[in-house]
Amino acid sequence: MSAVLSFRRLGALLAKEFTQMRRDRVTFAMMLGVPLTQLLLFGFAINNDPKGLPAAIVTTSHDQYSRAMISALELTGYYRFTHVTDSAAEAEDLITRGDVAFVVTIPSDFGVRVERGEAPRILVEADATDPAAASGAIGTLGTVAGEALLRATGREADAEAEAARRLEVVVHRRYNPEGISQFNIVPGLLGVILQMTMVMMTSMALTRERERGTLETLLAMPVSPTEVMLAKILPYLAVGAAQVTLVLGAARWIFGVPFVGAMSVLLGAIFVFVLALVLLGYAISSFARSQMQAMQLTFFFFLPSILLSGFMFPFRGMPPWAQAFGEILPLTHFNRIIRAVMLKGADLRGVGGEMLVLALFVLIYAAIALARYRRTLD
Amino acid sequence: MGEAVIDVRHLTKRFGGRTVVDDVSMRVNRGEIVGFLGPNGSGKTTTIRMMCGLLTLDAGEGRVLGFDLATETAAIKAEVGYMTQRFSLYEDLSIEENLRLVAGLYALPCPRETVAATLGGLGLTSRRRQLAGALSGGWKQRLALAACVMHGPKLLLLDEPTAGVDPKARREFWDEIHRLAAGGMTVLVSTHYMDEAERCHRISYIAYGRLIAEGTVAEVIEGAGLHTFVVSGPGLDAVARRLRAAPGVDQVAAFGVTLHVVGRDRAALEAALAAAGPGLAIAPAETSLEDVFIQFMGAATDNMG
Ligand SMILES: Nc1ncnc2c1ncn2[C@@H]1O[C@H](COP(=O)(O)OP(=O)(O)O)[C@@H](O)[C@H]1O
Ligand SMILES: [Mg+2]
Repeated sequence: MSAVLSFRRLGALLAKEFTQMRRDRVTFAMMLGVPLTQLLLFGFAINNDPKGLPAAIVTTSHDQYSRAMISALELTGYYRFTHVTDSAAEAEDLITRGDVAFVVTIPSDFGVRVERGEAPRILVEADATDPAAASGAIGTLGTVAGEALLRATGREADAEAEAARRLEVVVHRRYNPEGISQFNIVPGLLGVILQMTMVMMTSMALTRERERGTLETLLAMPVSPTEVMLAKILPYLAVGAAQVTLVLGAARWIFGVPFVGAMSVLLGAIFVFVLALVLLGYAISSFARSQMQAMQLTFFFFLPSILLSGFMFPFRGMPPWAQAFGEILPLTHFNRIIRAVMLKGADLRGVGGEMLVLALFVLIYAAIALARYRRTLD
Repeated sequence: MGEAVIDVRHLTKRFGGRTVVDDVSMRVNRGEIVGFLGPNGSGKTTTIRMMCGLLTLDAGEGRVLGFDLATETAAIKAEVGYMTQRFSLYEDLSIEENLRLVAGLYALPCPRETVAATLGGLGLTSRRRQLAGALSGGWKQRLALAACVMHGPKLLLLDEPTAGVDPKARREFWDEIHRLAAGGMTVLVSTHYMDEAERCHRISYIAYGRLIAEGTVAEVIEGAGLHTFVVSGPGLDAVARRLRAAPGVDQVAAFGVTLHVVGRDRAALEAALAAAGPGLAIAPAETSLEDVFIQFMGAATDNMG
């Protein structure tokens, strides 16, 4: 009678949870509204191939080669030269203030080197704090510049043609060495959405019962801790599955994110991650006295997760202490797995270590949740 | 003495250093309806929660339905029906869904039939799809009672079940409790309505966490050793003022056109009444349970000091 798990009782509890979930508009809003708005905001507001970015040119010579180079860059559509200066310091100011996204420096010996058939160089400094913005512009540089030079020299002299071929475009991606692109963001978004909604919904599930007094009725009946926990967790796994379908579908068909790796590995990782999150939420709900507190504790986990997991800022770009902190966040490991699997095609062997870390989180959170469960109202 | 259904001794509960239930012992026999009386905050709910395994004991021991309070709470929960003070079924579930949940959690053998019969008994069959939160206070209370007797418990613990319910619904509720007790259920019901105490076989009175009196209503009144007189006549306002100041007078209360005067020492009380004023009609009267409880509360606060 007081067995650890009775399917009758679990079934009754699950029926109750699903009915309540169906009637709760807030849950529904969280379940579909959060992923949709985040996808729209992060997905569409961030243009991974923006054109017409303001740029400054630093040049002292105004010979035909420099002009050819400038007009070629403008023709790509990526660069809109708003400032022309001969002062490197002024250009530095412009990019620091964010007035321009690029500084293109054409050295004074540029024309001379072209004519002599030596390797000419131009320097492009990109403000890569918004790396998605910079990447398209940078990508076109090599070919565009080379061709421009070829045209400018009119292929007259072999030496000059040789110089065009050997044109060296030096690119400095500044402020952000890793360079996140949109393909990076949409997969990362899946983890962020799950982190937010799963933890929040489960953390409020038990506190809501405590706040409304229904926990007293529930505990006065013969239910076991395992049953209560499973009944609170299983429905949210289903919610998680719905969100995953939504986000992955959008990634694939709306944003065209490549799926290089195996779907089975991806889904396996997602399952372990979601399990860790709902257990974390459940553990939170055993500490929180009110739904308000549950919400605050959820954000206590959410903010570092979004900031230190490598979603927003490149993980390797953070100071060691922040990296160490990031390592104890499930989202960090999930982001690594999903990027490795989706974009690089990593297999189970490649992400097995990270999977084990996620599984460890599951065990820890489950232990906390069960240890904190009270059969009484004390 | 019959078979003890509740037999607890020295129950004690502290919240943050404050002793909320202090050394409470109680015995309730099979088939009895025992009233648990006391002012708000006196520890009734806390005591009941300890009895059904919802709170751990800080001190004391006891058996409920023969099961140990410290180690066998699961067995106790299966055979006790507990109705909370505040309506605590799910307001966002329908009446029927709530009953189904309860039936499922107690693993009743024929849940469908039991739920249908309960709905029929309540007269709520046609409204079974309404949300429980939409019910009026009286209906909520009837639904809560029906939900906690559905599994046929041997012991019912009812915590202020009639608070905020109109007199007619209260009377019907008590009729139902007597029917259940006649069928062999044991009932412990907390209340602060005095008239409800009269409908119990026995009462226990608790104040500031301590059990102060127990027995039948007559025994409790008798045990208090109070004497009561009814005074009527001219200038009752002034008479009341004078009596309150007089020695031997513990309580003076106006009831319409009469004064209700209570004291422990009969001789001193009579002397005070004789000196109270001219032209007064003074007659001895029955001491009521309310007089007794007010006396208790005064004494209990004195003890607190
Ligand atoms: N969980 C709790 N934590 C702290 N104090 C509590 C708790 N439950 C009850 N109390 C306090 O214990 C006292 C007795 O409460 P209670 O048992 O509800 O009294 P009653 O049911 O007789 O009105 C009250 O002063 C109340 O504030
Ligand atoms: Mg109470």
